[in-house]
Amino acid sequence: MLAAILALGLLAVAFGLMLGFASIRFKVEGDPIVDKIDALLPQTQCGQCGFPGCRPYATAIAGGEADINQCPPGGETTIIALADLLGRDPKPLNPENGAVKPKMVAIIDENICIGCTLCIQACPVDAILGAAKHMHTIIAAECTGCELCVAPCPVDCISMVPIQHNILTWKWPAPPPDMRPG
Amino acid sequence: MSGPADPIRLPPEPPPKPRLWRFSGGVSPPYNKTMSSVHETTVARLPARLILPLHQHIGEAADPLVKVGDQVLKGQQIARANGYVSAPVHAPTSGRITSIAEYPIPHPSGLSALCIVVDSDGRDQWRERAPLGDQFAALEPSALRNVIREAGIVGLGGAGFPTYIKLNPGHDKVIDTLVVNGVECEPYITCDDRLMRERPSDIIQGLIIARHALQARQCLIAIEENKPEAIEAMRRAIEGLENFAVVPVPTLYPQGDAKRLIKTLTGKEVPSNGLSMQIGVVVVNVGTAAAIYRAIYHDEPLISRYTTITGTAVAAPRNLEVLIGTPIRELLEQCAADSSDLGELIMGGPMMGFALQSIDLPVIKTTNCLLALARSKQPPAPTVMPCIRCGACMDACPVNLMPQQMYWHAKAKDFEKTQEYNLFDCIECGCCSYVCPSHLPLVQYYRYAKGEIWTAEREREKADLARTRHESRQARLEREKAEKEARRKAKQAAMPQDMGQQGREAKQAEIQAAMDRARQRRDEAIARVQHQREPTPPASAAAPDGSRPDDDHQT
Ligand code: SF4
Ligand code: SF4
Ligand code: SF4
Repeated sequence: MLAAILALGLLAVAFGLMLGFASIRFKVEGDPIVDKIDALLPQTQCGQCGFPGCRPYATAIAGGEADINQCPPGGETTIIALADLLGRDPKPLNPENGAVKPKMVAIIDENICIGCTLCIQACPVDAILGAAKHMHTIIAAECTGCELCVAPCPVDCISMVPIQHNILTWKWPAPPPDMRPG
Repeated sequence: MSGPADPIRLPPEPPPKPRLWRFSGGVSPPYNKTMSSVHETTVARLPARLILPLHQHIGEAADPLVKVGDQVLKGQQIARANGYVSAPVHAPTSGRITSIAEYPIPHPSGLSALCIVVDSDGRDQWRERAPLGDQFAALEPSALRNVIREAGIVGLGGAGFPTYIKLNPGHDKVIDTLVVNGVECEPYITCDDRLMRERPSDIIQGLIIARHALQARQCLIAIEENKPEAIEAMRRAIEGLENFAVVPVPTLYPQGDAKRLIKTLTGKEVPSNGLSMQIGVVVVNVGTAAAIYRAIYHDEPLISRYTTITGTAVAAPRNLEVLIGTPIRELLEQCAADSSDLGELIMGGPMMGFALQSIDLPVIKTTNCLLALARSKQPPAPTVMPCIRCGACMDACPVNLMPQQMYWHAKAKDFEKTQEYNLFDCIECGCCSYVCPSHLPLVQYYRYAKGEIWTAEREREKADLARTRHESRQARLEREKAEKEARRKAKQAAMPQDMGQQGREAKQAEIQAAMDRARQRRDEAIARVQHQREPTPPASAAAPDGSRPDDDHQT
């Protein structure tokens, strides 16, 4: 009896300590320049930049360990914004990191899915719903299109499809360039 | 302001001219209105099939209430409003629902969206109707607004903003003036003009209802001076009504823009980014007013409207009263349009309208005009030249913007700068493009810049969401790791103190002992079986010790 009470009590204390520790450990130190860089990154969390997420890449840029042209999802817009922020010259995207692609969203073929949960473990933004041995599905609005769930799937039931424009997301195209006289 | 009155043009003594203000800028394009405005409006033929987009208004698309195969009656609600800023859709005639799917809709994108298709049964049979009639006056404004909402009424002047929201200024705001927009300043369009001439009392009844909903003091009916017949008809319709006035306003594009009109009538400027309600004014279109009347006095939802069919490709231009959902092809046929020579088909007018990709699109609630231009009569597209910084665009802009600066920045994709020049105050009226000697597609640049800014904003929001989700996932993973660790430690600690290493050894010994016992019993049992088999006992005899050979299974 005493042992059990002791055990529970200790469990509670240990949990509390661990939670407290985690919250301190994960408190983002207010490094303003990292925050500012991170705010410009697309948060796809795909790792194509060579870092395990956008914030580590932002930290690396701030520390001078990475260049500003390593984020393919951000493309030209992000590079220009970073160049602006850091007072550097924009440069083209480093092809080693990948190419600019249209925005994608992952789709799980729910007839094939075996419910192995491997994709859930891979998704950096918890955008996949499902339980072990039950069919999984992707919350399209929260999918960043990082493609990290595609490779782990043992039955190849996840595919990336380009996001379709609808009348609410459609935008007017740029006018054709001006013509010169003659 | 005006010279001595012309004794021939003014039969009865007109009321004294109220003071008017002049907004800056504006242009006077060729109006091209008489070709359609001289003809009486006719009712368009009942189409065999109607296509009803669920998104014909500003806000959320409506939610279907029917399924394929359902029989519907004229006026029956087939899709309900989805949220506050939304509007329901009604069946414009009786028939059967044959499809609920994506079809191309009239939209600058040319994209498809969800539509309900009604195949007409030709009977045009109404659902049960229970008009409120004069009883509306006994209703609370909020209840009245609800009736207007359920009737699917949206602004018919072009924007398609749900009308019941406009009629709800909030209890802290007092609305002094209800302005009725009968200006119709855009070239070619004459549907409001014809409506004012043909159904002035519908409009006035609608206004009385709207005024009640708003509790507004006065009601001003603004009509451009180039529509004397409409002015006359409306003047006659308000005879004997107090605090109603018809105000002829100068013919100048874009006089019909709500904020310009308010300036003309009151001299007040609506603040940038603000609503006219903030200065106590609400503006509704004449068509909207008539729709309100039909909803209250005939229990008739918004299922039809006046649409102008005109342009150089149309042999018999005029206005038609059309059911929402009617394919444009049928209307063009009824007005003897030459579809083999169709160069451009525009919904709306030449200044603010947009090109349609197909003539098989349906008429929607905001289709005020279909402008079909003949290919053979189109002037060649002017050559676009570089900006010469002449400043003509600035003089023409009715919003006092600097179109030239916005153009340069939009072109350089410096959208932040375009916003500094108040891009979002631009009403896309097209005055600047109209006067530009270099024929620059200025408005296209502003639309493009606005779209880029909105998209960037949406992406920013999505990125913020992804960041938060990623961070909370990281925190969760770390927490789970910590919890696992804590559990392991706790288990270890839960063992009684004096039973550390020693206790574990004792337990090991216990397990070992149990395993040994088990092996022993098993060996004994095997030996027993072998022993029984050797002397071969009598068939039915049990073992001498009473145990059975299968006992060893239990060890
Ligand atoms: S490459 Fe992927 S992980 Fe790296 S910054 Fe860009 S979006 Fe983030
Ligand atoms: S009117 Fe045209 S050419 Fe003149 S300043 Fe404006 S954009 Fe330039
Ligand atoms: S389109 Fe915009 S910038 Fe051009 S004149 Fe109209 S309000 Fe001004």
